[in-house]
Amino acid sequence: MTVTTMSQPRRVRRGARRAPLHRPGFLTYGLLTAFLLGSAFPLYWSFLVGSHDPSVAQSSIPPLIPGGNFWSNASRVVDTIPFWKALGNSLIVSGTVTLSVVTFATLAGYAFAKLRFRGRTGLFVFVIATMTVPTQLGVIPLFIVMSELGWAGTLSAVIVPNLVTAFGVFWMRQYIVGAVPDELIEAARVDGCSMIRTFWHVCLPAARPAAAVLGLFTFMTSWTDFLWPLIALNAENPTIQVALEKLQSGFYVDYSLVLTGAVLATIPLFVVFLVAGRHLVSGIMQGAVKG
Amino acid sequence: MPTVAAPEHTAGVATPQPSDRPGWRQRLSRADVTYSPYLYIAPFFVLFLVVGLIPLGYTAWVSLHDWRLDSTERSFVGLANFADLLDDEYFWNALGNTFSIFVLSSGPQIVIALGLAVLLDSGIRARSFWRLAVILPYVVTPVAVGIIFGNLFGDRFGLINTVLEGIGSGPVQWHADTLPSHLAIASMVNWRWTGYNALIFLAAMQAIPRELYEAAVVDGANAWRRFISVTIPMLRPTVIFVVVTSTIGGLQIFAEPLMFDSQPGAVTGGSDRQFQTMTLYLYERAFRNLDLGAGSAVAWSLFLIIVVFALLNYLLTRRIASAGEARQ
Repeated sequence: MTVTTMSQPRRVRRGARRAPLHRPGFLTYGLLTAFLLGSAFPLYWSFLVGSHDPSVAQSSIPPLIPGGNFWSNASRVVDTIPFWKALGNSLIVSGTVTLSVVTFATLAGYAFAKLRFRGRTGLFVFVIATMTVPTQLGVIPLFIVMSELGWAGTLSAVIVPNLVTAFGVFWMRQYIVGAVPDELIEAARVDGCSMIRTFWHVCLPAARPAAAVLGLFTFMTSWTDFLWPLIALNAENPTIQVALEKLQSGFYVDYSLVLTGAVLATIPLFVVFLVAGRHLVSGIMQGAVKG
Repeated sequence: MPTVAAPEHTAGVATPQPSDRPGWRQRLSRADVTYSPYLYIAPFFVLFLVVGLIPLGYTAWVSLHDWRLDSTERSFVGLANFADLLDDEYFWNALGNTFSIFVLSSGPQIVIALGLAVLLDSGIRARSFWRLAVILPYVVTPVAVGIIFGNLFGDRFGLINTVLEGIGSGPVQWHADTLPSHLAIASMVNWRWTGYNALIFLAAMQAIPRELYEAAVVDGANAWRRFISVTIPMLRPTVIFVVVTSTIGGLQIFAEPLMFDSQPGAVTGGSDRQFQTMTLYLYERAFRNLDLGAGSAVAWSLFLIIVVFALLNYLLTRRIASAGEARQ
């Protein structure tokens, strides 16, 4: 929702990292390991309960080794909620939103960073100010409007409000200011490139790294989004988060079922984490989104 | 910062126009230069207007009406919805719960995140691995976190109570009692965000000039003293920023308390509303009771509370903006 400081990109050369005052010892690694176990345990627990039959979830001392029921629990989840539809919907929503946010934020960021126009500074301050406005609180009229449009219950209702974000514009602008040389833009213009072609051939290639990080965080934020999808969508056409809520509110006693659902719903972002975790870390350290 | 001089010649266009009026190509090019920037930024402003600003204004309008989702009659009632809210014990209850959960989550979270950042900054081996490890919880969505922790903190068969009984202390009513339920929900927030914030602090720590530490060592400061007298003061802006951002997020906490409730489909935050937050209350009034007027009044009250914090945030963002300008 808001941003943390987007500080100067820190380019610490690997070799030139300062020597620590003293080598970290057993205590440091012990604490880190404890933290790692604490981070991983709830996930392991969900998988553990999800891999046994329902009776295990009711026993006070559960076995700490996974059982063999995960697939049967998983297929029960798929039968209970429209799982594949929800997964597909989440992919459509997050994919569309990501593509759109990256496109429009890069265009606007480029304009604020490199183009000269009346009111530029004022409008940019306005963009920053809007990051602090909790627009999530406008859900009631948004629902009224979506109902009037006949969009309630459709994916458009959750896609359209998120097509471009203030944070995205801010993030891209900060990056493009430093990453795209003015001389290149001027050269392209002198060669007769139109404004949009200049953007396409000069700005876009240079802005790609920041756009990728923005895309990553936008995808995750959109995937995580809950309050508005819960209001706007229904049980027949949900996103994965909404479907998960329906799963729990209908079958709260059967934890092997519900926790299997939680595990299944976590897999997509876990894959993102495995593939792009490094970019996630550097994105956060450069000051990425906080939702 | 100079952008582009309007290109007066277009490569490849053969014959110069005898007329002294600019040709359509030049005029088009000039229009391109003048209007393109506005075209590029327009999507954000149009969207913000339509789904941000207008809905917020409209919320105020709805809050002044007797406006129900299941009825087409809308009568103007002035501030009656707000007056009702001030008399509504559930509203004050939700407000108190929200602040309680917020304090329980952001306080420990910032302390632990700072400690974790120190560990990550201490020249450990396999740096990338540990950095990755601390943000693992971030990939679990709040809905899933709510389900998982709802199970771990189960009143009767929960693992945490089993362990507590194992070490000889009585079971805690994590769902039924007020403070324990707040602790449980705060722990979900802490679990998901501590590592994330630690990375933010780590980034800020790495920007602290090493000379400051070396000078402190020369002056005979031990590790703790260096942390208190060098690290903490240098991190102050980052700490303030993390506090402010987590405030704005924390005051709107919704998924965790909703999923923590073990009653199917309940939105009251426990049978005695012991962990109903403001956003949950908003949801209950507007979309369960179908009372959009009252829900809008809750929304605006929460909005005003957040604005107080947002003003703080504004002061900070202005600094970010001016830092950005200075870089040009």
